[in-house]
Amino acid sequence: MYEGALQSLVDELGRLPGVGPKSAQRIAFHLVAGEDADARRLAATIVRVRETVTTCTRCFSVAEQPLCRVCRDERRDHGLICVVEEARDVFAIERTRDFAGAYHVLGGALSPLDGVGPDELRVAELEARVAEGGVHEVILAMNTNGAGEATAAFLSRRLAGTGPRVTRLASGLPAGGDLDYADEVTLSRAFAGRREA
Amino acid sequence: MSRSYRDRGVVLRTQRLGEADRIVTLLLEGRGLTRTAAKGARRPGSRIGARLEPFAVVDVELHRGRTFEVVRQVETVEANAALRADDRLWAAASVLAEVVLHVAVEGERDHGLQRLLRAGLAALATAPAEPDVFVDAFLLRAASAVGFPVRTGSCARCDAPGPHAHLSVVGGGTLCGDCAGEGTQRVGAGVVAAVRTLADDGAWQALPGLAREAGPDRVRAGSYARAYAEHHLDRRLRSYDAVERPGPGSPEVRE
Ligand SMILES: [Zn+2]
Ligand SMILES: [Zn+2]
Repeated sequence: MYEGALQSLVDELGRLPGVGPKSAQRIAFHLVAGEDADARRLAATIVRVRETVTTCTRCFSVAEQPLCRVCRDERRDHGLICVVEEARDVFAIERTRDFAGAYHVLGGALSPLDGVGPDELRVAELEARVAEGGVHEVILAMNTNGAGEATAAFLSRRLAGTGPRVTRLASGLPAGGDLDYADEVTLSRAFAGRREA
Repeated sequence: MSRSYRDRGVVLRTQRLGEADRIVTLLLEGRGLTRTAAKGARRPGSRIGARLEPFAVVDVELHRGRTFEVVRQVETVEANAALRADDRLWAAASVLAEVVLHVAVEGERDHGLQRLLRAGLAALATAPAEPDVFVDAFLLRAASAVGFPVRTGSCARCDAPGPHAHLSVVGGGTLCGDCAGEGTQRVGAGVVAAVRTLADDGAWQALPGLAREAGPDRVRAGSYARAYAEHHLDRRLRSYDAVERPGPGSPEVRE
């Protein structure tokens, strides 16, 4: 559609998650028409990220050293492990500032249709961390969809009897909503997860 | 003519789409295999998202879109929540979905397949102790639904009345001594009986009994069911390996 370099840029942008063909064109034209320094800074930042950011060797979150910032922080409770599907979930939880434990990034959820089983996730690594000892609680913070539920069920089975308490994030009514607007799946989970008032 | 319509069916698969949307593939009563876009389905609190989870039976209102049908509304008919609350049932139900995704045709209604899938999921949702036997049964029944019924009463090649002791995947079931080739395996009557129970449409309630009693015969019948479905449906079922099996069984029936 476009010539050489511009078309390559549109193609590359279009391969990014969540970027459709229209958005790819819009971003590409923005980069072409905008300040030269802005585009160069973006390009340099992408290169730098690729060169410096790796995976934490303990929790598999993103890190710029062998251990991530959370794993290096001695004030945090490393006997409390919050298991999440993706590294970006770590940052969603960090934004709450409520959690002072450590993390474990599984790298996805069980999806037999996609050939993703326990061996494709960092399950053995989690079990190894628990087996090392000193872990008093594992919080399962998978997504609240089908794959996340099944993965949490699997992990709670696997971790049963290994020592730590295994808990699941409460899932129930979304904040700020009317009760009668909630779907029945959410409502029934809210009932199952009710607590002392 | 309105571009919106209603249909009922089963959620087979969900995949991420864009920032917060999902592609939801359904087997619908009216339109067969249908790919839909569920906008905002990944946002917590999305009613559409909560209802369009794999293996749920739903009533949907769809709007004709360019690439996908767009989901307007969803009502739950059967949540089948048990199939997501246990990873063993999740794996078992995934095999059913994989088979249907492979054999169902876009835009074509298939009453037999719809009925079989709903019955299979409902049976699994009772959380049987041996979900693998339901998977094996579904494989033979699905093969039958699309034109490859396994024969266990007579010879699959020459119709000679049985029972016969040779069991062939390629041959389509039991074979008489004359029709059986060199490599066709001889099996005990228990294996043939187990294959018959697996393939017998309608008798889901007989399956837990089969799992408990038939031991190695059932394991052997199960591996036959897999080989049979993979051969006749021409597809390696990758989700099958995620289904837990009873301990090391007898040698597989393959040919
Ligand atoms: Zn770390
Ligand atoms: Zn014959």
